[in-house]
Amino acid sequence: MKFTEEHEWLRIEGDLIVVGITEHAAEQLGDVVFVELPELETQVARGDEVSVIESVKAASDILAPVDGEIVAVNEALGDNPGLVNEDPMGEAWFFKMKIDDLSVLDEFMSEDEYKDFIA
Amino acid sequence: MTDLKRTCLHGMHLALGAKMVPFAGYEMPVQYPMGVMGEHLHTRAKAGLFDVSHMGQVILGARDAALALEALVPVDVAGLPEGRQRYGLFTNEAGGILDDLMIANRGDHLFLVVNAACKAQDIAHLQAHLDGVEPVSDRALLALQGPAAEAALARLVPGVATMRFMDVATRHWDGAELWISRSGYTGEDGFEISLPEGRAEAFAQALLAMDEVAPIGLGARDSLRLEAGLCLYGHDIDTETSPIEAGLAWAIQKLRRRGGAREGGFPGAARILRELAEGPSRLRVGLRPETRAPMREGTVLFATADAAEPVGHVTSGAFGPTIEAPMSMGYLPAALAQPGTPIWGEVRGKRLAAQVCPLPFRPATYRK
Repeated sequence: MKFTEEHEWLRIEGDLIVVGITEHAAEQLGDVVFVELPELETQVARGDEVSVIESVKAASDILAPVDGEIVAVNEALGDNPGLVNEDPMGEAWFFKMKIDDLSVLDEFMSEDEYKDFIA
Repeated sequence: MTDLKRTCLHGMHLALGAKMVPFAGYEMPVQYPMGVMGEHLHTRAKAGLFDVSHMGQVILGARDAALALEALVPVDVAGLPEGRQRYGLFTNEAGGILDDLMIANRGDHLFLVVNAACKAQDIAHLQAHLDGVEPVSDRALLALQGPAAEAALARLVPGVATMRFMDVATRHWDGAELWISRSGYTGEDGFEISLPEGRAEAFAQALLAMDEVAPIGLGARDSLRLEAGLCLYGHDIDTETSPIEAGLAWAIQKLRRRGGAREGGFPGAARILRELAEGPSRLRVGLRPETRAPMREGTVLFATADAAEPVGHVTSGAFGPTIEAPMSMGYLPAALAQPGTPIWGEVRGKRLAAQVCPLPFRPATYRK
């Protein structure tokens, strides 16, 4: 699993990457009350605001971590946004992306590096 | 947060694991480990304890204080019986609102509670017009709110169960003098308790030791008051909004209205009494968005999905944990203020549908 400075995690699943937010990010956000998911089959560029999380405190953007195509979204978050607080690193994935070259993930942080980053 | 003031309960908040934030010049707990949602639901189910010591407490000790205060507020103060409290507003010459406050008749004096962010200005305003204005600087203020508040407080202070909503009384706990009112800012039954700073932590700890009492931060205080349809000064009401636009005409007793025995005589009376008689051009309304996306403060409102010109804006908006839906308050032209009227709010560039709804979002449970 890889981590971005925007507190997202990326997991490789076959030729796709799965994107979610870290436990640290979920804690900082507080109780999540609404998740706006990206549209399927859209091409996105790194840094695009593709998704929004509304917590009891504020709205936060989820950025596309890399260039690619959104090929799946986690509809369960629409019905149960609280899943982001319950299981941010597992059940509460946000979307899956198809990317050309998985090697772009190399530049992101490892789990240990991320732990240092938020320490 | 070095320039911020602290309440006398600061150390207790830290020990309870609070996340502290700057608020109105104070370092205050926004939430405890339970979290905003949990704290909100706990207050509605059991009892929540709030430190509101940042708010301003003021004694008006002059013999003619009630009539003198009536020159600053559109409220019947002289007719407020001893042992009772009433909601009030400081108005300005333009008919806007300088602050909202509570006014209690405590026998030989009036006791006011004003907003933290406005207290210096309110005290100066009072001192410019009244004699005998004594800011209270050595007392904490706690709020205990929720269905279990009465039982919890009665364990420490027997007899509070006989108080009705908006009653005020002096009681004692372990030698400390408590100034208690049966009121609050959550829509729940509950109490607000002014007590000497030196005894506040012991009193708070005695309440927190009870199973049904949990500490509640400013985050849940805001979602609780919004569900209850209560205004937050500086957001839902300010110097630009009149009491009538804000739907606060109920706070202006008949005696201060046209034809009343003490008609007018407060700042902005011309506009306020005209709006009372003729109706204001815009009104504070409740809004229920159709999706789960909250329409937060500042969201611009439109009459149709493609209208070019906005018709109003949201002044408070959040997710309501008890109603399990987003909720907003804002201002709309009177013609669009009827419950059921469709309205669109622009959120992140998209027009989202909402409906004007009656306030409060959740009915209050006061012990009248």
